[in-house]
Amino acid sequence: MASQKFAGAVREAASVALVALLLAIPLVGFRLVDGLRGLTIDTRFDWVAWGVSAVFLGRLAIALSGTTRRLLPDLKSVGAALSNLPGGLSRFAGGAMLIGALLLPIVPFADRYVVEIAITVLIYVMLGWGLNIVVGLAGLLDLGYVAFYAVGAYSYALLSINFGWSFWLCLPVAGLLAAAFGVMLGFPVLRLRGDYLAIVTLGFGEMIRIILLNWKDFSGGPNGISSIPRPDFFGFPFARTAEEGQTTFHQLFGLEFSPMHRIVFLYYLILILAMLTNLFTLRMRRLPLGRAWEALREDEIACRALGINPTMIKLSAFALGAMFGGFAGAFFATRQGFISPESFSFIESAVILAIVVLGGMGSQIGVVIAAAFLILVPEFLRDFSQYRMVLFGMAMVLIMLWRPQGLVSHRSPSARLGGHA
Amino acid sequence: MEYLIQQLINGLTLGAIYGLIAIGYTMVYGIIGMINFAHGEVYMIGAFISIIAFTILGPFGFASPVLAIVIVLAVALIFTSVYGWAIERIAYRPLRGSFRLAPLISAIGVSIFLQNYVHMLQGAKMKPIQPVVRGGFVLAQEGNFVVQITYLQIGIIVATVALMAGFTYLIQRTSLGRAQRACEQDRKMAALLGVDVDRTISLTFVMGAALAAIAGLIFTLYYGAVDFFIGFLAGLKAFTAAVLGGIGSLPGAMLGGVLIGLIEAFWSAYFPIAYKDVAVFGILVVVLIFRPTGLLGRPDIEKV
Repeated sequence: MASQKFAGAVREAASVALVALLLAIPLVGFRLVDGLRGLTIDTRFDWVAWGVSAVFLGRLAIALSGTTRRLLPDLKSVGAALSNLPGGLSRFAGGAMLIGALLLPIVPFADRYVVEIAITVLIYVMLGWGLNIVVGLAGLLDLGYVAFYAVGAYSYALLSINFGWSFWLCLPVAGLLAAAFGVMLGFPVLRLRGDYLAIVTLGFGEMIRIILLNWKDFSGGPNGISSIPRPDFFGFPFARTAEEGQTTFHQLFGLEFSPMHRIVFLYYLILILAMLTNLFTLRMRRLPLGRAWEALREDEIACRALGINPTMIKLSAFALGAMFGGFAGAFFATRQGFISPESFSFIESAVILAIVVLGGMGSQIGVVIAAAFLILVPEFLRDFSQYRMVLFGMAMVLIMLWRPQGLVSHRSPSARLGGHA
Repeated sequence: MEYLIQQLINGLTLGAIYGLIAIGYTMVYGIIGMINFAHGEVYMIGAFISIIAFTILGPFGFASPVLAIVIVLAVALIFTSVYGWAIERIAYRPLRGSFRLAPLISAIGVSIFLQNYVHMLQGAKMKPIQPVVRGGFVLAQEGNFVVQITYLQIGIIVATVALMAGFTYLIQRTSLGRAQRACEQDRKMAALLGVDVDRTISLTFVMGAALAAIAGLIFTLYYGAVDFFIGFLAGLKAFTAAVLGGIGSLPGAMLGGVLIGLIEAFWSAYFPIAYKDVAVFGILVVVLIFRPTGLLGRPDIEKV
């Protein structure tokens, strides 16, 4: 009996190893090298051997111990425990995070580097929350979210450079422009099946990037736009010396000049913007429109039967999500002071989507944890940046296989018959 | 006029490549209703395996280009099909029956993985090879401008037509084709009637990957250079072709591919070349507005 089981496990492992061998031979086993006279071939059969034996042994171990069966439910129950946190506790966690975020620039270890990274994380949290409206609440897969981010960033950059508009004036304009783009794009495709939307948004993201790259008079082409005005503190610039007739921020408060002032100001600015996005989503979920988003995500045909116009509801989610992308874009432009089409490639969209998916679509706290994870881990793994994207793709697949509803938690509809709200 | 004919020939060749990739999208969409986002990457892997095989054959000399191409074709078909099969087995099959976006997101993960996997293993630089097939017929001449159809272009168009004929036969007449059509209509009922659904779906992926491998080989021969990023845009355009022709329809995919190829060739000839991709996606949007089922597609009925 035992030997039979063993033989079966070996057969299973051998067949998996054979597939691994066939996969590895052409691309791992041979390497194209640029020689003096065209390409030459270099072999790496040792890598193939190592990889295939690892696959064989790994599969054998799994088959013998039957761990997948035992391990997976355990991991699943961890996830379930996280998602079943009582409402009070999850609110407590959210409050604690917010207080932590508010105090971050004051704590002693917060040097310039820490605050800069925190700003980056917060930008992605905001983008994640914005996309969450579209993907998490309305259930629409948007693969070109970065296009709206780009629209916001270029709106601010061009308006402030060409017309001298202030950040506070540009911010709503950038959001509105992004929302307008969202409506323009969404209207034709939102009537169709969800999969089309994914590809059209992806195509749209590429279109925006190609146009920005090639329309040199408008966007500066591949060189991008530099010396974008930095934000000021309601009219008081963050500068060492003021220009004629102006007061700088440190003069206003009688402080010593420090370059940190601006960074801390940017930090609080993005914190406020992100929290506004969050608050907006939380309130929306209680409004008929937000309820309709969630209902549409759950069952479109039932919604239509109840007289909800799916196109308009989806369009509103799409436009509002785009608007927050635009806000984040304007912030990005003023923070960097320089933007180019390179910052708005498909991979950015994929990262933002991964944040939403990883966080558990529709979960607000999940997005924060996922954003922190996806931005901070690569930051610590700088030396492994070569493998970063490989691991990233692999992680996306594994998370889908293991917990399609997301790592941290899954938000069920806000309202449901039978009172489980 | 001569210029126009030349663009027509170039466009048809390009369209053959898009059409072959588009068939992979359309078959998978027909049978399991998902967009195999990683299909463009499968095509890229096909092109890479072709160029690696050509480079290995290099020292033996290209005494007979036909023989070299046949060997490379066999190698590319086998190994790329394994990739197609493995992708379905690992990343999509466990998610069958999960919520609708799950396989699509998994496919995006596969796509990112494969792109960077090839990048990591083979480097980021463009890999050029010597032309394998040279020469062609001169069709017309006007001053300095020569309208030419190369032997390679003839071979590509003939091979594509032959593949289409073979495929139509496969789908219409063989038991595998019948099983595929049955799964497309009603998977559960097909299973009850004794169709091995898992096997049929696996074979669909293998067939799609095989066609993508041929498209990759054609790309390698035609353009003579490959890098790890070619799959992304080609995949997007081939999907556009599949939608344009009517997703789920094989002749539609080929028709859409040819149309996209022609549009791209003519746009590059008469308009700013940098915007040719924008034109293609613009067409996708226009088609979706006015004819969401595509040129040859059937209306999509949603059931509860």
